[in-house]
Amino acid sequence: MVHGHGRFGKAIRLWIPLGFFLIVTLFPFYWMAITSLKPNAELYSTKVMPLIVHHPTLKHYVDLLTETSFLEWTWNTSIVAVVSTAISLLLGSMLAYPLARMRFPGGALIAFTVAATYLVPQPLLFIPLADIINRLNLGNTLTSVILTYPTMLIPFCAWLLMGYFKTVPRDLEDAARIDGATRWQTMVKVILPLCTPGFISAGIFAFTLAQNEFLYALIFLTNTDVRTVPVGAITELVRGDVFYWGQLMAAALLGSIPVAIVYSFFVEHYVSGLTSGSVKA
Amino acid sequence: MSVRAAALPVPLLRPGGGAAFRRWTERESVFSWLMIVPPLLFLMALVGYPFVYGIWLSLQDRPVAHAGTFVGLRNFVTNAHDPVFWQVARNTFVYTFCATVLKAVGGLGMALVMNQVFPAKNIIRAIMLLPFIVPTVLSTVAWMWILDPSFSVVNWAMFQMGFPKPGPAWLGNPYLAMFSLIMINTWRGLPFYGITLLAGLQTIPPDLHEAAVIDGAGSWARFRYITLPLLMPVIFIVTLFSVIFTFSDFQLVYVLTRGGPANATHLFATYAFDIAMSAGQFGLGASVALAMLPALAVVIMGLAFYMRSR
Repeated sequence: MVHGHGRFGKAIRLWIPLGFFLIVTLFPFYWMAITSLKPNAELYSTKVMPLIVHHPTLKHYVDLLTETSFLEWTWNTSIVAVVSTAISLLLGSMLAYPLARMRFPGGALIAFTVAATYLVPQPLLFIPLADIINRLNLGNTLTSVILTYPTMLIPFCAWLLMGYFKTVPRDLEDAARIDGATRWQTMVKVILPLCTPGFISAGIFAFTLAQNEFLYALIFLTNTDVRTVPVGAITELVRGDVFYWGQLMAAALLGSIPVAIVYSFFVEHYVSGLTSGSVKA
Repeated sequence: MSVRAAALPVPLLRPGGGAAFRRWTERESVFSWLMIVPPLLFLMALVGYPFVYGIWLSLQDRPVAHAGTFVGLRNFVTNAHDPVFWQVARNTFVYTFCATVLKAVGGLGMALVMNQVFPAKNIIRAIMLLPFIVPTVLSTVAWMWILDPSFSVVNWAMFQMGFPKPGPAWLGNPYLAMFSLIMINTWRGLPFYGITLLAGLQTIPPDLHEAAVIDGAGSWARFRYITLPLLMPVIFIVTLFSVIFTFSDFQLVYVLTRGGPANATHLFATYAFDIAMSAGQFGLGASVALAMLPALAVVIMGLAFYMRSR
């Protein structure tokens, strides 16, 4: 730690490292943006200073949107992310509610199983899953990824929601029960509405994970019309040995924007989702 | 609250089988299990079954689109005699170890920097998380262009500083390729450490630091004897997650090097993918993927131990 006082100390403790982190974080995005705006003559020239755009053009964006299936990939990605997030929130809360608020035989074992399932990485499962998806004739359907994404999202949502469900005081539940509410009514009308922030956190986190997923989408989706943005970009904007760098960067930027927008609205919820497992656990 | 008429609807309405059924579902254990069974069945069908089926596949000679024949442990023996398999194992450990250490140290640095008072803090924190939320494949494509053999901006900058052309082949040289992958993995994963450790730092009561200052402790002593010990549980659990996801990483390698040059950057996940998907050997591929299990089991047991000790 630095013993610094005044302006000089603050520069060493704060501004210099902060500036370094910001530049390193943002440079690749800056590079995406300016590459996508450069004409090819400028992109593939070693004589031009590369850090700025000399003759900006939207050609790569126009080509991306008119000559490739990028819009279709975006649509597919959104459908898959929304539906698999919804399934994961529903099934995740069904797991989390009893684990957080009830006593029943086998509860501890289930809780551990959920935690362990969360830690099973995809590469351990993709080969058998590829075979299973084939046998079910689900290859090249969005259903294949809508069914498999929740396998990683449900344990996560359950884990996160458990923390929120536990915070609702027991008295509220008892009061509702004394008033004659069934367990189902108590859950749906009393407890769950109080946990809305938890659902937003879990939902936003699951949504970004689903947008991000690559391995299952790469294996299960091999036709252009069912691909998601990450798979479409990496397989179809690279033809043989030829990289369409301008279009690739335009796709990378456009593909990142929906996630970034959703994220920017819910940063606080995202952060609490990110940190809940480790800080509150 | 007094008991109103609505408090006793079940016996009043229908004193038949329906009421008995409702009383049954109102029991705590019955209600719990009714809730848990659907998600549990889902996870058993799509995690439990594939997991067991993967073990079964690893015991077969199973070319894609053909029936398999049981071969016992032959796939595992094949792996044990395959020098590439051992190179892959070494790569995976080097990659996981270096990237995790860099992320832990850098993330702690980021958290300490971010824990100070400065304007626009929330916006800067949101920006810092961008590498973690943006689809990895898309940001990796940007890195690929940054490290392009002919038009790398890094090499351009090095040339401007006086290094000779054409500059290093970041993804073409075995050592540099591994180095580049580790750096890019660190770039992507650092915010997870940084923001989580920041949240951990904010749970440390300020009076501890104030008391230590009164006792004459310098900033290093306060970091060493207050901050670090109190942060240890968070560091432990974040590292655990990070190790698992770095160890089983696929996307970075698939996009940047496909395991090359000469298998220098193949990890378990990409090697298993090559064998199963590209070469069509499902059984052998499954056995390579399963080779990740012992190391993962150690980490998961670490988690179980940790959960129990708290």
